[in-house]
Amino acid sequence: MDTLDLSRLQFAVVTIYHYFFVPLSISLAALTAGLQTAWHRTGKQHYRDLTMLVGKLLMVTFAVGIVTGLVQEFQFGLAWSDFARFYGDVFGPTLAIEGMLAFFLEATFLGLWFFGWDRLPRRIHLATIWIVAVGTLISAYVILAANSFMQNPIAYEIDPETGRARLESFGELMVNEVNLAAFPHTIAGAAMTGGALLLAIGARRAWGRPGALLHRDHHAWRTLARLGGWVTALSGVAVAITGDLLGKIITTVQPMKMAAAEGLYRSQAGAPFSIVAIGRPGEGEPFFSIDVPYLLSILAKGDPTAVVEGLDDLQATYVEQYGAGNYIPWVPVAYWTFRLMIGTGMLAALVGAVFLVLTRRGRGLVGPFAGEVDGVAPARGPLAQLRRPASRLVMLSLPLLPALPVLANTFGWIFTETARQPWLVFGLFKTEDGVSTGLTSAEVLASLIGFGIVYGVLAVVWYRVARHIAGRELSAPPSAPSENDGDDDDARAARRPRSDAPAY
Amino acid sequence: MDLAVLWFGLVVLCWVLFLVLEGFDFGVGMLAPVLGRDAPQRGAALRTIAPVWDGNEVWLVAAVGVTFAAFPDWYASMLSGLYLPMVALLLGLAVRGVALEFRGKKDDDAWRTRCDLALAFSSAAVAAILGAVLGVLAGGLAIGADGEVAATGGALARTLGVLVTPAALIGAAVGVTSALLLGATYLSLRTTGPVRERARSWVAPAAGALALAAMLAVATSGLPWWLGAVAVALLGAGVLASRRGREGWAFAVVVVLQALVVVALFVRGAPVLLASTLDPAWSITIASAAASDTALTTISWAALFILPGVLVYQALAYWVFRRRVSSDPVPT
Repeated sequence: MDTLDLSRLQFAVVTIYHYFFVPLSISLAALTAGLQTAWHRTGKQHYRDLTMLVGKLLMVTFAVGIVTGLVQEFQFGLAWSDFARFYGDVFGPTLAIEGMLAFFLEATFLGLWFFGWDRLPRRIHLATIWIVAVGTLISAYVILAANSFMQNPIAYEIDPETGRARLESFGELMVNEVNLAAFPHTIAGAAMTGGALLLAIGARRAWGRPGALLHRDHHAWRTLARLGGWVTALSGVAVAITGDLLGKIITTVQPMKMAAAEGLYRSQAGAPFSIVAIGRPGEGEPFFSIDVPYLLSILAKGDPTAVVEGLDDLQATYVEQYGAGNYIPWVPVAYWTFRLMIGTGMLAALVGAVFLVLTRRGRGLVGPFAGEVDGVAPARGPLAQLRRPASRLVMLSLPLLPALPVLANTFGWIFTETARQPWLVFGLFKTEDGVSTGLTSAEVLASLIGFGIVYGVLAVVWYRVARHIAGRELSAPPSAPSENDGDDDDARAARRPRSDAPAY
Repeated sequence: MDLAVLWFGLVVLCWVLFLVLEGFDFGVGMLAPVLGRDAPQRGAALRTIAPVWDGNEVWLVAAVGVTFAAFPDWYASMLSGLYLPMVALLLGLAVRGVALEFRGKKDDDAWRTRCDLALAFSSAAVAAILGAVLGVLAGGLAIGADGEVAATGGALARTLGVLVTPAALIGAAVGVTSALLLGATYLSLRTTGPVRERARSWVAPAAGALALAAMLAVATSGLPWWLGAVAVALLGAGVLASRRGREGWAFAVVVVLQALVVVALFVRGAPVLLASTLDPAWSITIASAAASDTALTTISWAALFILPGVLVYQALAYWVFRRRVSSDPVPT
C-alpha cells in the first residue's frame, strides 16, 4: 500500500478506536451526574453506591478517551499536513476552542470530582460532575461543527493567493445545519451506549446468578438495569427521529451519500428502500432485493413520490461541475454500514424496551435462577406465556448488548466518512491532496503498527478493569451490626469513610 | 498590538504551563517506584498528582490546538517533519495516562506494581522524547519550499538523523533530569514521612545532573552563556533552599528555571518559528504562518473569556488538594 492508503487506514483505525470511548464517556458522565443527584435529593445509599460504580467506569473510559483524543488532535498535522494547511484556518479555531472551553473543564473537574468526595461541600461536589457532563456536550458540539464543515462547507472563502480556505464567520460555522441535526443524533447514539452498558451490568447482577434475588444489593442492581433500560429505549426513539432529520439534510447537501446508502444508480420517483440487496460486483443495479415501496423517497425528502437522484446521474452532474474523475464512493460499504447502523441500534433499543416491559411494576426477569416474580403477583393475560422465553432472550442478549450501540456508532461514522469520498471537504478538497508529502509509507506503517500494539493492549486492559469494576460488590456490608440501621441513610453516608473513593 | 505576536506569546505560555505542570508529573511518575518502599508509600507519592495530572496534560492539548488555530503552517510542518518522534510521544503519553488512571481501580498489589512500572518507564520516555523534540526544533528542520521535511534516504535514516544528534540527546538529558528535579522538589513539598525525606535526598543529585546537561546544551547550541550561568545559580539556590527545609522555595525556584528555559527556547529564534536548515527563505515565521484575521480575532475573544476561568479553576483544584499526602492508612 502507498502512503495515502496507509494514512487513510491509520486515520480510520485511530478515529474509530477513539470513538469507542467517546460516546461512553459522554453518556456515563451524564448518568453519573443523574445518579449522584438522585442520591443528593433522596439520601438513599444505593444511589451513592451506583454513582461510585458508574463514576469509576467513567474514569477509566475517560482516561482512554483522553489519550486517544490527543492522537486525534495531532494526526491532522502528522499524516495530513497538506489538509491541515488548507483547512487550518477553519478547523484550528474549533479545535483550540474545544480544548480551552471544554477539555479543560472535563479534565480538571473530573479529577476534582473523583478525589474530592471528602474535600468538597456536597453541593459543590455535585456541581463538579455536572460540569464534567456539560463539558462533554460542549466538546461534542464544537468538534462536530468541525466535521459538519467537511460535510457541508460554509462560512469560508478561498484565499485567491494561497488557494486555502479562510474562515469568514465562526458563529455561522457553529450553526451549520448539518451539525444542528448531527449533534442530537450523535448524542442520542452516545446515550444509548451508556444505557446499554448499565442495563447489561444491572440485569446480569440482579437476575443472572444463583441467589441474586435474595442478595442485599438486588434492589440497587435492578434500579441500575431499569435506568439503563429507559435510557436505551428512549435514546432509540431519539436516534430514529434525529437520524431521519439528518438524512433529509444530507440528501440536500450531499445527495451522492444518500444515493450510495441505498445503492440507487438511476434517479427515481417514488423510490423504494431495500432491506437487503445482492448485486454482481462491478455492476449497478442489484439482481435481488427486498424492497419497501416509496420508503426511500419518504426518508430522503419526506414525500412518497419525490424524485431521489441516482449515482449515475449525480456522477454526470459532478463531472460537469468539478471536472473529470470518479465521484461515486464505495457503494457496498455505504449500503451495508447504513443498514447495519440502523439494525444494531434498533436492536439495542428493542432489547431495552422488552426489558422494561418485562420488569415493569416491580416484576423481575424469569430466569434460571430467579423465582417467578420479585414478590409481585404473577402476570396474567394472553402475553404472560411469553414472559419466560422473552426473559431468556433478554438474558442471552446481555453479553452482546453493550456492543450493539458501539457497533451502530461505528457503522454510522464509517458511513458518514467513507460515503463522502473522494472528498475530504465536500466539493472543495480531495482526500488524495491532503496527505503529508514528505512521509514515506515505511513511516506510516511503523506508526500504524505502534498504534495497533498500544491500542490493542489498552483495549484488553480497559475491558479487564471495567469487568472488575462491574463485578465488585456494590457496598461493603455494614461494619458494625449495632450501628443505627434505621432510615438515617443520609447522615450515615455523610459520615461514611471514603474507603472506596480514591483507592490509591 | 499584532494579534499574531500575541498568539505566539500564548503558544509559549501553553508550553511553559505544560512543561512545568507535567514536568513534575513525569518526575513523580519516575520517582514513585524508587521513593516508595511499599504500596502505600508509592500510592502516597502518586496521590500528589492523581487528581490534577489530567488537567495538567490538557495544556498540551491547548498548546497544540492553539498552534493549529493561530499558525496552521507551523503545526503542519512541525508534526509531519517530526513524524515518528511525535507518534512515539503520543504512544508514551497514552501508556502513561492509562497506567496512572487504572492503577487504583483494581485492589491488587501485583496489578499496582505493573502499573507503577509502566508509569515510570513511560514518564521517562515521554520526558526524554519531549526534551529531544524541543532540542531538535530549536535547531531547525530540513524544511523544503513546500513546508515539508522530505524523507531523503528513507524513513529510518530520517528519524535517526533527527533523533541521534547532539541536540536531541542533550535535549533528552535535560528533559529527564529537569523532570526528576521538578518531581523531587514537588514530592518533598507535597508528602510527609519517609517519602518526603527520600524525595529531598534526590534534589541535589538531580540538580547536579541537570546543571551538567544544561551546560552541555549551552556549549553545543549557541545559547548565550549567561543563560547557563543563570541556570546553575538557580539550581544552586534550589538545592540550598531544599537543604534548609524551605521546600516551597525550592520548588518555586525550579519552576522558574523550567519556565525560563522554555521561554528562551521559543523566543530565541523569533520571529522565526521553525527554521529551515536548507534555505532561510523557507523558514516558517510568525508572519508567514499566521492564520487569517478572522480566525485570530475569533480565538482571541474566546481566549479572553475562557483562559482566565481556566487558570482560576485549575488553581482551585490545587487549593482543594493542598494538604500534604501521607502514606499512613486512611483513618476510619
